Amino acid sequence: MRLSACNVSWSKGGVSILENVSLDVVPGEFLGIVGPNGSGKTSLMSLLAGLRRPKSGRILVDGQAIDRLSRREIAKRIALVEQQAETGERISARQAVELGRTPHLGALAPWSSKDDAIVDEALRNVDMERLAARLWHTLSGGERQRLHIARALAQQPQVLLLDEPTNHLDIGHQIGLLQLVRQQKLTAVAALHDLNHAAMFCDRIALMSGGRIVALGRPSDVLSGERIAAVFGIDVDVVHESGGRCHIRYRPPGSPVVEMPVLRRISS
Amino acid sequence: MIGFANSLSRTGASLLALFLLFAALWLGAAIGETAIPMDVVGRTIANRLWQAGYSLDPINEGVVWNYRLSRAVVAACCGSALALSGVVLQSLLRNPLADPYILGISAGASTGAVAVAILGFGAGLLTMPLGAFLGALLAFGLVSLLAMRAGRGHGAIILAGVAGSQLFNALTSLIVTKAANAEQSRAIMFWLLGNLSGVRWPDAWLAVPTAVIGLLVCLWHARALDAFTFGSEAAASLGVPVRRVYVVLIGASAMMTAAMVSIVGSIGFAGLVIPHAARMLVGIRHGVLLPASALIGAIFMIAADIVSRVIIPGQVLPIGVVTALVGAPAFAILLGRRGAAR
Repeated sequence: MRLSACNVSWSKGGVSILENVSLDVVPGEFLGIVGPNGSGKTSLMSLLAGLRRPKSGRILVDGQAIDRLSRREIAKRIALVEQQAETGERISARQAVELGRTPHLGALAPWSSKDDAIVDEALRNVDMERLAARLWHTLSGGERQRLHIARALAQQPQVLLLDEPTNHLDIGHQIGLLQLVRQQKLTAVAALHDLNHAAMFCDRIALMSGGRIVALGRPSDVLSGERIAAVFGIDVDVVHESGGRCHIRYRPPGSPVVEMPVLRRISS
Repeated sequence: MIGFANSLSRTGASLLALFLLFAALWLGAAIGETAIPMDVVGRTIANRLWQAGYSLDPINEGVVWNYRLSRAVVAACCGSALALSGVVLQSLLRNPLADPYILGISAGASTGAVAVAILGFGAGLLTMPLGAFLGALLAFGLVSLLAMRAGRGHGAIILAGVAGSQLFNALTSLIVTKAANAEQSRAIMFWLLGNLSGVRWPDAWLAVPTAVIGLLVCLWHARALDAFTFGSEAAASLGVPVRRVYVVLIGASAMMTAAMVSIVGSIGFAGLVIPHAARMLVGIRHGVLLPASALIGAIFMIAADIVSRVIIPGQVLPIGVVTALVGAPAFAILLGRRGAAR
């Protein structure tokens, strides 16, 4: 399935949030969206998920405008993992994942053993089978986020959208979670904060600033020192690695510039 | 095999629920100031429904059929409708303290009903239940607007509901004191506390269809309600048409509340406490939670009505007083648990 944004603009309360954003998600890729706070990452995710309508421009699913599809049709194709969605209900881990079957069920299509099998597999995929009976409020942040991903997988979508999925997780869980998404062999779009995580896991990166995409491409092409300085206002050294990947080393404010060849030598 | 066992246990549970409901109705007709034997209740029903021709004391038969049974049926509908409204509002607003009474919907319905009954609003076009429905919708609209302006926190909608209730209760009092004569205003004040005394069979013709249709509408949206567990945004991404579900279900809640208020006045706390009791018993899946809440609500309200009739010999307490005496402490416990959970 092909998901794309064509010249999309969106504003909230008279303030322009996204301006003329165009983006093609290539089937099978892991696309990272990075940018400072308020650059429009979350808004772009909710437009791509069809939760909001662009003020101008269009979101296309396989060439068809997304607002021509019903909510249910969209949910069968696109799953969204929000930032830290929480609940006060006494819901079990398994029940939380079962919610993912909602778009596939109806009055004439009740819950069946096939749905049970899909939920089992989703739990297995995120390695949460053991904790399936546990109540939501007894689980850690990392476990909850894995369940959100399992819920999204139970939707059997073709595209997985993740809005800052690693927020509030420790570094081990952050890496583990992104690796998990990577393993799913789905088309995935994730808004990420950590540039190194984006560089490590994403096939392509879209760098956003002020509601626009300022660069889009392979990590090593997008994440240059000058661009990061211009968008985030920090000094960094970028170490290029093989396969179009790179690593970013943050420089303390005011420290002298280290010559790139030296770094290259260290890394090689 | 599992499917067969499931459907078997579901059939069993439904039969048990029906049995409990009929037993409660039966008891409601038997217990009272003068106790009437259970078999007389049964024979009365047989006489009235199937012309069985048992010879019975006409006074007993009249008390069972005309007073107690109609009253028990309306009480059951009222309990179900309020409990269903509570479940729906708590799930959609994701607030464990939401119910039609606290959110001012009951108060708005009272104002609407009184405006039609005393001021003659709508001049014959509006009936009392319809006036109550419009009042309920108006109240909920105002409360939602106020809550939106006050911010999105959990507390905002409750505080707005308190303000809304006060406003509409004051309007009701204003209308009553201004326009009603002494006898009318005494009757209305009694009705406002929640009162089943004047209930007869014609009231059941409004109460039963309202409760049944309300239950069916809610059940139809059971999965959508489940999807609201993680909020409206999550529900939307699970394929739920959020705005339509809001309109239909809040409309259904307002309709159920309004119909019951126009018959028995505004009864507090049933809509708040019963959904929580049902959740503790059957869990959070709405496919089970909704019918369970409806059943518990029905039985609770029949029991409250029995208590209101027998607790003070020779006198009938307004049923709202009984539900509040049970509900207010339960509300306090809920508040305490919420504080502890933070």
